[in-house]
Amino acid sequence: MANMSNNQKMNQVFVENAAQTPDLVVLTSDSRGSAKLTEFGETFPDQMVEVGIAEQNIVGIAAGLAQSGKRAFAVSPAPFLSMRSIEQIKVDVAYSRTNVKLVGISGGVSYAQLGMSHHSLQDFAVTRAIPNLQVLCPADQHETEIMFKSLLETDVPAYIRLGRNAVEDVYENSDYGFEIGKAVQLKEGMDVLLIGIGETVRQVLDAAIQLEEAGISAAVLNVHSLKPFDTETVKTLASEIGQVITVEEHSIHGGLGAAVAEVLSEETNIRQRIIGFPDTDLVTGSGKELFKHYGLDGRSIVEETKNFLR
Amino acid sequence: MSNETIKALAIQATKTRKRLWEMIYKAGSGHIGGDLSSADIITTLYFEVMNIDPKNPDDPNRDRYIQSKGHVAEVLWTTLALKGFFDESILETYYQYQSPIIGHPTNKMPGVEMNTGSLGHGLPISVGMAIAGKMDNRDYKVFTLMGDGELAEGSNWEAAMSASHYKLNNLIAIIDSNKLQITGATEDVMNSFPLREKWEAFGWDVVEIDGHDYSQLLEELSENKSVDKPKMIIANTVKGKGISMAEGKAGWHHHVPSDDEYQQGLDELNAQLEVLTHG
Repeated sequence: MANMSNNQKMNQVFVENAAQTPDLVVLTSDSRGSAKLTEFGETFPDQMVEVGIAEQNIVGIAAGLAQSGKRAFAVSPAPFLSMRSIEQIKVDVAYSRTNVKLVGISGGVSYAQLGMSHHSLQDFAVTRAIPNLQVLCPADQHETEIMFKSLLETDVPAYIRLGRNAVEDVYENSDYGFEIGKAVQLKEGMDVLLIGIGETVRQVLDAAIQLEEAGISAAVLNVHSLKPFDTETVKTLASEIGQVITVEEHSIHGGLGAAVAEVLSEETNIRQRIIGFPDTDLVTGSGKELFKHYGLDGRSIVEETKNFLR
Repeated sequence: MSNETIKALAIQATKTRKRLWEMIYKAGSGHIGGDLSSADIITTLYFEVMNIDPKNPDDPNRDRYIQSKGHVAEVLWTTLALKGFFDESILETYYQYQSPIIGHPTNKMPGVEMNTGSLGHGLPISVGMAIAGKMDNRDYKVFTLMGDGELAEGSNWEAAMSASHYKLNNLIAIIDSNKLQITGATEDVMNSFPLREKWEAFGWDVVEIDGHDYSQLLEELSENKSVDKPKMIIANTVKGKGISMAEGKAGWHHHVPSDDEYQQGLDELNAQLEVLTHG
């Protein structure tokens, strides 16, 4: 059976939990189809609010619902949600501490060929700089499942980025001890520490397996929580290994690489390379083609790691 | 409504004006023009209309007040203190190092629902609160205070559309239409008029009143007769109302009174209070 996309998994978690979570309200901005929330909307119409194509309004309304006791999930395309409504996110959600989960769908380069207007490659940077706001991005359907189950129970604001298409599994199931703010070490290694987030985790893991064949021992860390950030694990592993490469579907500025660099900036004898999208508009291509073009796929990560360690 | 009620409101509003005048003078900062234009609206809401209990500020059935024009914080802090949400002595700390009250509403203080300050945020939030009220079959009302200059923010119109789409007759918004903003006349800066036609076109029930007439304020704030429309009250007001040197002057948007101006304004307000209480 083909994997579920992370969106579909989110829908499934909502459908399975809506009855026992009567204060759950899901908001969409003419985005229920792309969010794969049609089933949820049909099954629980009283727990869904459609706001139309109005991303500022979706966040404001979600904040008002949350302030009235609802668990509000505002689901809207990441490029618009994280940019058009960033001020509502800062003020109405983070500053006012309303229990709003902002789910940015079709994140990163999911809409690759649609151009920069539809890329969200700055969302980690802007959301990460806002106090009181968690920033999360799951690696696969299993992590999405356990992450959304956790989010149904927490009372703090969060931004969650999801990609559009199904991704290859990283995990076999969701019982691996997921915890918001706690990075997951997927593989041990001594020569280099590879850190991924979201859809790059699978690529990083593939690279580590290939590197093993070439005699390079790579540790792999999945940072699903950019905020709260697992400073301790990153520091410990980076200090032990000394060579760090971060890979993210995001601008090289302000995302995972930056978060790691901030943590390591006062450590000594650690080198870091940041792999991500460059500070320019991108060539045309599918998401897969862009990953390859800019060096985010497994094979490119292998080559870059070899260069880095040379 | 009785003449006594109206007189009590006038006295209360004058006390509020006096207190915030002093607060701004001492702090050396504040949005006096809008504080004074909206003081009668806010006083009527807090002292007659809204179902609120300062001892139980989180009551799920409470009426909600969202101050979208967050910058008129002094009138809100004063009103909340005089109503008993927190001790009046806190007003003395305004603008001081580590004061709990700042230049915009903050929900760290009891009685404040949401942090506002950036314009165009209040109405979307209010729509969310009104939808929640409908979902939960609670009969509270949501009151939103906006400015006419603020209407240049596009997010207001997203919210305006959604409020009528969801038939939110539990939402009553008020435009403190003092027709001035920081740069000058709203009509010249960015013309938000005509208000009635715009809001009617967006599906709202619209009334227009004198925003300093307590009997009109009481009548229109007390209920929304519509069963399927949000209500917009266009309150025609005078910026700087109550202190003659500030009335109708854009320059008083956030002007801080000099020593002489402070005394002159205080004398005027004291005279008004004297007439109201003994006249």
